[in-house]
Amino acid sequence: MEQLSTQTQIDLLAAMLAIRAFENRISSVYPQQEMKTPVHLYTGQEACAAGVCANLEREDMIFSTHRNHGHYIAKGADLNAIAAELYGRTGGCTKGKGGSMHFVDTASGCMGTTAIVGGSIPLGAGAALALKMRKSSNISVSFFGDGAADEGVLQETLNFAALKKLPVLFVCENNFYATNSCVRARHAHGSIAARAQAFGIPAETADGNDAETVYRAARKAAAHIRAGNGPYFLELLTYRWKGHVGPDCDYEKGCRPKAELDEWMKRCPIELYAARLAARGVISQAGLDEMKKAAEARVDRAWSYALASPAPGPEDLLTDVYRAAGESA
Amino acid sequence: MPWTKVLIDDEDLKTALRKDGLRVTTYVNALNEAHRQLLDADPAVYVIGEGVDDPGGVFGSTRGLLAAYGPDRIMDIPIAENGLTGIALGSALCGMKPIFVHMRQDFLPMCMDQIVNHAAKWHYMTGGKCSAPLVIRALAGRGWGSAAQHSQTLHGIFTAFAGLKVAVPATPYDAKGLLIAAVRDGNPVLFCEHRWLYGFEGYAPDGMYEVPFGKAVVRKPGTQVTIVAVSLMVYEAMKAARELERLGVSAEVVDPRTIKPLDRAAIAESVRKTGRLLVADTGGVHSGISAEITAGACEDAFSFMKAPPARIGLPDCPTPAGAELEKAFYPGAADIVACALRLVR
Ligand SMILES: Cc1ncc(C[n+]2csc(CCOP(=O)(O)OP(=O)(O)O)c2C)c(N)n1
Repeated sequence: MEQLSTQTQIDLLAAMLAIRAFENRISSVYPQQEMKTPVHLYTGQEACAAGVCANLEREDMIFSTHRNHGHYIAKGADLNAIAAELYGRTGGCTKGKGGSMHFVDTASGCMGTTAIVGGSIPLGAGAALALKMRKSSNISVSFFGDGAADEGVLQETLNFAALKKLPVLFVCENNFYATNSCVRARHAHGSIAARAQAFGIPAETADGNDAETVYRAARKAAAHIRAGNGPYFLELLTYRWKGHVGPDCDYEKGCRPKAELDEWMKRCPIELYAARLAARGVISQAGLDEMKKAAEARVDRAWSYALASPAPGPEDLLTDVYRAAGESA
Repeated sequence: MPWTKVLIDDEDLKTALRKDGLRVTTYVNALNEAHRQLLDADPAVYVIGEGVDDPGGVFGSTRGLLAAYGPDRIMDIPIAENGLTGIALGSALCGMKPIFVHMRQDFLPMCMDQIVNHAAKWHYMTGGKCSAPLVIRALAGRGWGSAAQHSQTLHGIFTAFAGLKVAVPATPYDAKGLLIAAVRDGNPVLFCEHRWLYGFEGYAPDGMYEVPFGKAVVRKPGTQVTIVAVSLMVYEAMKAARELERLGVSAEVVDPRTIKPLDRAAIAESVRKTGRLLVADTGGVHSGISAEITAGACEDAFSFMKAPPARIGLPDCPTPAGAELEKAFYPGAADIVACALRLVR
């Protein structure tokens, strides 16, 4: 297998470090209770977002879910604006209207995130329909979880996307849990990718904790889609370290076995990849420390911006309900 | 009567109930107990929904049921609300009595087809040959930046569908009695609970009992203004009534308890007495149940009205996330007081 360029390898690691630093910061400040919004942390799943988004152009579009931070950071969203949104400030990406579950950053192709499980699946396909109708060469991505695969809307969307050969990449991050229900308690058959195959959509199940594996799978998928062949489906096997919502873990509440979490934590996507790059001589320990510091510094700047941003007032409550006549989108 | 009492603080509890040795319990415990008694009494009853077997037990309301009744009767499901509603409904048409639980009312639109096109109409479409005893519990919540897709109160719109009943219990007594009545009712019932009520305490007997559908209750008698309050707003109305009393205004608080059927007669009777109507709802004002209650009162008691009716509820915008915006979004006792004063002066 041909080696990825040095730059790509560094970029993958940097994206994962940025996500981890952002999520860690949330975990450390959340107990202060100033961030009054639920947080669904992406910790442990970084390789999925990093590997997929590294294959996307800025004009490609993504749609995400309640667990959206990783996708947005990897796609290049403005960290300041998403940090401020967590505090409900006017400088937030939705001016305090949407909170943690509704990040948006249209400039970087981050088209919005939904808190309704499965909602992102048809939206990504619809964006692909628009791209196709407007003869754009860009593609769109629907990110969703194994829980969303339970929803009927997945089958409806897969069928239509296949029928119309839409330029959409479906990315199902199978972290084995939907809130606290294990996938084995919800799915009669193990493969989610097989559902896409049933509609004639090429699909692949890959190790979602290995950034390079994800990158290669997504690269193949994106090339297939950009060549006008229609949709592609990736099922990425991964694991979330934190509870479904909030900065704490949940095994102590009996939600999942500690041994299972430990096993996956041993397969930390960041440590795995950093070790591989070190072995290849792509980075040194000092280089890694430097990259971590840079990620922290970005997060510091985002938090300074967020905390300096004013809270909206009651006069802002009824704005943005409708787009005003003549107002541009 | 202890079961009509709404207790707005601890002082109330002590004086009203504890001194009479009546059993005091929380709303969530009353619900949990209703489930257990229903499951014990009738093998056709089962509980189904996302996380009903979870250690958290849907904020405590289904806690411990899995251990007591096993996974055949306490059933977690895939996240497939519409399909599973249809499956629960199908089982109900064949003699089972499912209680389908949703952590948030925002997930109801996912099952709209099966609720609206199927459950609500099955009895009628089959000429009364098949009944559909499906009870759907749906929780409303608010706060902590849950935003537009995780804090809706949708009870009002479901009253538009003939064939469906809608309960909005405010007290532990009603939560238990209405849930038991709902399961025994034999019709599809949407049972709307406000999460903020879960910790509230009040009187509820330990045995099985039913609260009848379509019977409002006067929570506090008064002579100058009728406040019809729904769900959590009953407590806000009671606080407001106490404040109004202090200001020399006598308010009557009426809790409809179910909004379909709606006890129009009780509301009209109160308005005839007070001559003024204020409706306080946890849902939106525009096209909400407050519109139906107001229109009904106008039809029934217009000539008795000394002031135009008024409504309090959510403004016509999606729920905002930011804490400051949330504060501006949700009305409370102070708004009710101000509005009632405008009506009487
Ligand atoms: C339609 C709908 N049903 C239920 C929920 C409650 N809920 C929120 S997240 C979640 C689990 C989602 O699991 P998955 O799609 O695997 O994503 P993950 O949380 O693992 O990232 C559920 C059931 C919801 N938000 N929307």
